[in-house]
Amino acid sequence: MSSVEDRVKKIVVEQLGVSEEQITAEASFIDDLGADSLDTVELVMALEEEFDTVIPDDEAENITTVKQAIEYIEAHLPG
Amino acid sequence: MTVPTLSGETALVTGATRGIGRAIAAALSGAGASVVGTATTEAGAETITNALGGAGAGVMMNVNDPDSVAQAVDFAGKKFGAVTVLVNNAGVTRDNLLLRMKDEEWEAIMDTNLKSVYRLSRACLRGMTRARRGRIINITSVVGFTGNPGQSNYAAAKAGIAGFTRALALEVASRNITVNAVAPGFIETDMTATLDAAQRERLRAAIPLGRLGAARDVAAAVAFLAGPAAGYITGATLHVNGGMFMA
Repeated sequence: MSSVEDRVKKIVVEQLGVSEEQITAEASFIDDLGADSLDTVELVMALEEEFDTVIPDDEAENITTVKQAIEYIEAHLPG
Repeated sequence: MTVPTLSGETALVTGATRGIGRAIAAALSGAGASVVGTATTEAGAETITNALGGAGAGVMMNVNDPDSVAQAVDFAGKKFGAVTVLVNNAGVTRDNLLLRMKDEEWEAIMDTNLKSVYRLSRACLRGMTRARRGRIINITSVVGFTGNPGQSNYAAAKAGIAGFTRALALEVASRNITVNAVAPGFIETDMTATLDAAQRERLRAAIPLGRLGAARDVAAAVAFLAGPAAGYITGATLHVNGGMFMA
């Protein structure tokens, strides 16, 4: 299975319609990748589905960059 | 026969056993949609299944129970594909003068008529945002615009639906999802059948078109808003009231 990082990046590419080259660890979904608030909600929902987990709203608010998403998933991955 | 403008769509209609909801389910089905109608009882669900004759299905759902709502949306998705047309029609009345109104009467109306719209819309939006298309049509009422003595609870919930419709329309427009409302006037249904002859005559006199509406009059407006011809309409309320109130 591919790494958490690869899976997160794949979801960001799909959800935000950006190219893989645009996705750096520090890239902000809103400031750098052109996401609006609805995009970020959809992104979190997609992450929840991919990793079969539930991300509480107050945690989701803190996931604003690619790196934060990867770190959150790695810290909370079930099993 | 209607042109099949809705073939390939999955429509979920709440409160589809009787009256306006039944007519809406029939109209959407007639336009080619796969329709799932919700009922509060198993018997009601069976009535809907039979009425739709294989092209749709009834399902029991309690609008006040989040799990039940999730199950109904899931049922529709598994049977026909993710819901692309949601019609929030379910509603009840618990009329009373405000001075006599009980908390229970107020809350029953808010839960069944307003909170249900929030709950169903949220449950269906995930699939619609993913599909980048969808139609949400909320049934409000002329009473939400004109007021009506004895219906402060009902009028508040129905006016609430109109505000909800406009706010959600703004939220999801970028996803090609439209959110509109249909506001029936006085329609011949079980809900208005309790009126006596004098009340009916007074009502009729107040309606410029000179008759109470038929459920199919409302259903036709809903089918229009669900169809491709209404693709540029969002946040609107379509009044279907024989001219008794003009926005």
